Amino acid sequence: MAARQKVLVLYLATSALDTPVIGWAKYDGFGDSQPMTGDEDIPPYKTGVDALRDGWRLIQASPLVSHASGEEFRTDYLKYEFFFEQWQSIETRL
Amino acid sequence: MSRDVGLTTVQMAEFVARGVLAFDGVVPEALNARFLEQLRAPVGDSDRTLSQAYSRITRNSSIPKISPGTSLPDCFQPGDCLHDILNLASVKGVIRSLVGDAPVFDHHFLHLTLGAENEPRRTSRAVSQHNHQDSTIDPRQAFDIQLFYFPQAVTRAMGGTRYIPGSHLRRVSEAAIARYQNIVGQEHVVCPAGSLYVFHMGLWHGAGRNQSTEDRYLYKIRLGPNAPQVRLWNDVDLVTQPDSPRPIFWTDPSHKDPVADHLMALEPWFEADTGRLELINRLKLWRYITGDPKADVDYWLTRIENEWGLP
Repeated sequence: MAARQKVLVLYLATSALDTPVIGWAKYDGFGDSQPMTGDEDIPPYKTGVDALRDGWRLIQASPLVSHASGEEFRTDYLKYEFFFEQWQSIETRL
Repeated sequence: MSRDVGLTTVQMAEFVARGVLAFDGVVPEALNARFLEQLRAPVGDSDRTLSQAYSRITRNSSIPKISPGTSLPDCFQPGDCLHDILNLASVKGVIRSLVGDAPVFDHHFLHLTLGAENEPRRTSRAVSQHNHQDSTIDPRQAFDIQLFYFPQAVTRAMGGTRYIPGSHLRRVSEAAIARYQNIVGQEHVVCPAGSLYVFHMGLWHGAGRNQSTEDRYLYKIRLGPNAPQVRLWNDVDLVTQPDSPRPIFWTDPSHKDPVADHLMALEPWFEADTGRLELINRLKLWRYITGDPKADVDYWLTRIENEWGLP
C-alpha cells in the first residue's frame, strides 16, 4: 500500500503524557494541509494521551537529562517533546 | 530631559517578566505618514518583486546607513523622520529607562511583507517566518532592546509580528527553535498606526503571513547599553526588600503588590518545573536592574542561597 506520513509534535507541561499541551507542530507528507508557524492559537489536543486516543502513534519522547553543575537554572529549549505519526494511504485520494 | 516620561517600576517588572512592552499609537499620525511617504517614494514606483522593492528603498535616504557601535544621539540628523520619532519624549523615556540616554546603535532594518494584492510580485508562496531568537546565543545579563515601530495600522490579516511572552530568558541558538510552530499564549501584533513594541533581545518571535491586500512595513532598531542598566527608570517607588514580604503558598489575598504580581506571573506555556526556573532567572535580572544583590520575591532566591540559617 502506498502511503504518506503525517507527523505531530507535541510539547507537554511535564514528562507525563497525560499533562497539558503547551506547544505543537504539524507536518503533512500527504499534502492535504500546509501547516506553518503561528497558524493556530488553540492546541489540537489537551494532552498527549488525547492524541493517542485519536489514533496518533507515539514514536519518540525526549529523555530526562541531568542538570549540569553550574547550569541548574538555565532554561532553553522546550523540554518535553513527543513525536507522533500517522500513515495515510494515498489510494484514498483516488 | 524630565525623568517623568520614563517607565514606571511596574512597567519594568512587566518587561523583566514578559520581555516585551507595547505602546499603542505613541507616534503621531503626521510622523507615520511622513515616514511611509518616504518609504514609498518615488510615488508611482512599481516594484515587481520584493527584492526590487528593497533595492529601491535601500537607495532612498529615509533610513540612513549607520555603522554598528555608533552612539544613538549621533545616528540621525535633526529633521530626519527617525530622529523625530526616537526623540519623542515618551519614546526617549522608554529607551533611557532600559538602555540609558546614549545607547549603542547595533543595527536597524525595514521589514516589508507584500500584500496578497501583490501576489504576482512574490517569487515564492507567502509563508510565515519561523520562530527564532535574534542574533546568536547571548549569555549576558546585560541586555539589548529591539524597538519595533509599526507606522501603519496592523490588522490580524496583515500578519504582524508573532511573539512568545516570557521567552526572552531562554538561551537558544537563533532558528534552532523553528520547529515550535505554535506555543500556547503566543501573541500576534495587532495595533493602531504609530505603535511601538519594545522587545528584550532574547524574545522569541517571527513575522506573520500577510494575507491582507496591503503591504506591511515594520522598522526595527536594536540598541545596547553603554553603562550598567541600574535604576534608569522612574524608580522613586522601588522597594526591593519590603519589611514584610508577602506570604507564599498559603497566601494573603489582602496583600497587594503589583510588582511582585508581574514578576511571579507564569506564562501558560511554561513547563511545570522550568516555570519556576524562569521565576528565578527573572529575579536575577531584577537584581541586576535594581542594583540590589539581595532583592527577592516569594523567597525563590533567598531559599536556595541559605546555607546555614537566617539570611
